[in-house]
Amino acid sequence: MKLNLKIWRQKGPNDKGKIVDYPVSDVSEDMSFLEMLDVLNDDLVRKGEDPIAFDHDCREGICGSCSLFINGEAHGPGKGITTCQLHMRRFKDGDTIHVEPWRSAAFPVIRDLAVSRAAFDRIQAAGGFVSVNTSGNLVDGNAVPIPKDDADKAFDAATCIGCGACVATCPNGSAMLFTAAKVSQLSLFPQGKPERKRRALAMVEQMDKEGFGNCSNTGACEIECPKNISLEHIARLNREYLAATVTKE
Amino acid sequence: MSTLDSKIPPGPIDKKWTDHKGHIRIVAPANKRRIDIIVVGTGLAGGAAAASLAEMGYNVKAFCFQDSARRAHSIAAQGGINAAKNYQNDGDSTYRLFYDTVKGGDYRAREANVYRLAEVSANIIDQCVAQGVPFARDYGGLLDNRSFGGVQVSRTFYARGQTGQQLLLGAYSALMRQVGKGAVEMFDRHEMLDVVIVDGKARGIIARNLITGEIERHGAHAVLLCTGGYGNVFFLSTNAMGSNVTAAWKAHKRGAYFGNPCYTQIHPTCIPVSGTHQSKLTLMSESLRNDGRIWVPKSLEDAQAIRDGKKKGSDIAEGDRDYYLERRYPAFGNLVPRDVASRAAKERCDAGFGVNKTGEAVYLDFSAAIERYGKLEANVKKIENASKEKIIELGRAVVSEKYGNLFDMYENIVGENPYDHAMKIYPAVHYTMGGLWVDYNLQTTVPGLFALGECNFSDHGANRLGASALMQGLADGYFVIPYTVGDYLADDIRTGPIDTKRPEFDAAEKEQKDRINHFLNNKGTKPVDDFHRRLGKVMWDKCGMARNEQGLKEAIQEIRQIREEFYRDVRVPGKANEFNQELEKAGRVADFLELGELMCIDALNRNESCGGHFREEFAETDGPQQGEAKRDDANYAYVAAWEWTGDAGKAQLHKEALEFNEVKLTQRSYK
Repeated sequence: MKLNLKIWRQKGPNDKGKIVDYPVSDVSEDMSFLEMLDVLNDDLVRKGEDPIAFDHDCREGICGSCSLFINGEAHGPGKGITTCQLHMRRFKDGDTIHVEPWRSAAFPVIRDLAVSRAAFDRIQAAGGFVSVNTSGNLVDGNAVPIPKDDADKAFDAATCIGCGACVATCPNGSAMLFTAAKVSQLSLFPQGKPERKRRALAMVEQMDKEGFGNCSNTGACEIECPKNISLEHIARLNREYLAATVTKE
Repeated sequence: MSTLDSKIPPGPIDKKWTDHKGHIRIVAPANKRRIDIIVVGTGLAGGAAAASLAEMGYNVKAFCFQDSARRAHSIAAQGGINAAKNYQNDGDSTYRLFYDTVKGGDYRAREANVYRLAEVSANIIDQCVAQGVPFARDYGGLLDNRSFGGVQVSRTFYARGQTGQQLLLGAYSALMRQVGKGAVEMFDRHEMLDVVIVDGKARGIIARNLITGEIERHGAHAVLLCTGGYGNVFFLSTNAMGSNVTAAWKAHKRGAYFGNPCYTQIHPTCIPVSGTHQSKLTLMSESLRNDGRIWVPKSLEDAQAIRDGKKKGSDIAEGDRDYYLERRYPAFGNLVPRDVASRAAKERCDAGFGVNKTGEAVYLDFSAAIERYGKLEANVKKIENASKEKIIELGRAVVSEKYGNLFDMYENIVGENPYDHAMKIYPAVHYTMGGLWVDYNLQTTVPGLFALGECNFSDHGANRLGASALMQGLADGYFVIPYTVGDYLADDIRTGPIDTKRPEFDAAEKEQKDRINHFLNNKGTKPVDDFHRRLGKVMWDKCGMARNEQGLKEAIQEIRQIREEFYRDVRVPGKANEFNQELEKAGRVADFLELGELMCIDALNRNESCGGHFREEFAETDGPQQGEAKRDDANYAYVAAWEWTGDAGKAQLHKEALEFNEVKLTQRSYK
């Protein structure tokens, strides 16, 4: 099929950036979206032009590197997938496709479609862990049974890949779903409970410091999340945060 | 020629590690603060090592080329992690895990290392549970297990089909805790380009800041390479796009021997190639072989009809299907090890029984499992006389709970629902057992340079069993290196910070800058991928699932040709001091082009078949094992450790003889 791509080009963080048209042909419906961009880049290099920069790595929807805003949707059309899992069979001959980077003040553009999500690492470093050192003499893994429902719920939250689609799609640029997923996972486990208050406060504080917006429960993040992480986790974060705030000493 | 000292401690095998830990030197807490360690790579091995060493008090600098430490490719591991917990009371033990791993590796691994791996495996599970890793649990709240290939017990712990992700995020959270404390300085979007040797010891690295392009010097008292495997030498593999050999290869060129480079794991269950645009291959976890049955039609006519689109898999009657693994290997059935399953698929497809357009696919079918689980669920839910539809509905829900994300992944890529139609799969490059040669302490032949996880050669012999990569990565990072590195660093408590203004750093930096400038000033015509794709095809055709002398000799010539053409005709756009992804790729492919030749040389040298290395000239010609790999223990029970001598084609071979005191060498039979 033939497509008309309109792609955001920006040389660096301080460059103004603009949309550039790239007509492409011979796109196979078996290609992934990123493979389609590979073919375009191959062409650009042969012509002596600068290829389009974009983040990607595992190409199987788990590393969270890829991050394109396609036709106004984070990770493009389709639910529960990342851009690398988006295949061209979802488009039809003659389509015009807009491709942009994640847009958020807290995710500055590095070049073209690649942005920095270092803010997520800093939120994690603020409290997204259980304070336990490596040791060969821990209690046995089965010493504390964990109800299957809690384990399953925690797992659902833990599947977050940290791609940032939630932020990119949120009208407020909020990182609540990302932060909530980690807080929720760890507060559901007995191992994470001792420092749950400190964790909720510290991670939210860092999130605010990074310049992410506030959550107004639009629910857009849940819809665009490639791992289908539920708003329920935001509700749990709110409870955790509230409990931590009112009992703070 | 230097001798290879594996430094295996004396004593009985089950006491070696404990005794060794008790006798090696350690660094006192106050002195750890004076010691800097560089960890390259933040996957399971690197993330775990960086976090653990920082907890102990060392100053750690961690590097990864991804935009965050959390994205290292360990994240993509699906199926699980082995541990000898014997929670299922099915007779598992440290010894059995050790034995299975040595046998699974086709008797080409070092016994002492494997025993230690089995020994610490149980600690890993405890450690991960303590970190909040959400392993699968049963209704009693206890940890659940499943089976993997090549073993007859259930010892694999898992988190749906995302075990690697959950374990990595556990290690990453431990790492970020140390980053938050300032104990680890994190350098993401940085690629190591060279290791710097001062007075014979690894004392730092040259790295490129991938955002600014700046070439940086970092000094340290020890350098740990945790940079994964080199499967991407084949261009198409299940590795991430960025996975590369550069760090390990540069270490090799600075004196670290490369062990068993030809041992490559071809994973039997991957989504088949769809076209020339293909950029990577996607694995379907081995755990699927717990419940999926692998088959092709019994008749060539049926196979042809399927390839022509005139028949579907479901049209083939039960009696007309050839469940070839169950037929050939009744004892292990669909759960034979990966090398065996891959070769069996190739054999059927080469014989004309393949089931997709290209003729390179076999079925992985869940219909029997769906029915079996459906019946069980109907019993559990007390549904009497459940209809076939109800049973299938219930069974699908169980299969979805176990493998849902894998089925979704398959459907996204192929565009076909695997609950309705049997999956089509074919072997693909997945893992490399070979890697930098290390001794028992995980130290390479360069003092102060260590290699952990897939980056080293040590634990899997010629074939890795499923769910053992995660085990090794975390064992090395959490439980081995924190002890063994201290023995080396005990000499460095008075050394003081490493001066990166030394001439050795000047020289290494200049070399890298020159190389970058060569690529950028080369006015060639073809993009990097063009050469990479060609190299991959040579490797897959001639140094892949089956190898022979003539093919390997041809491959060596062809690789040299591609390499020569690459330096002459590659086109790398852009500048050195900017975010330049083509430039990153150029450096990596340049190293693959040298490694590929060494892999072929190693494969040519090893005149036997073992594990993932199958030489067509060395197969059983008759008897019950006809067609199976034929090892030559008298002549090849050694680790081939190659020394760089200045030219890709002229590596010098060193041998570490493998001694087997615990396990008797027999033909590896899964019949």
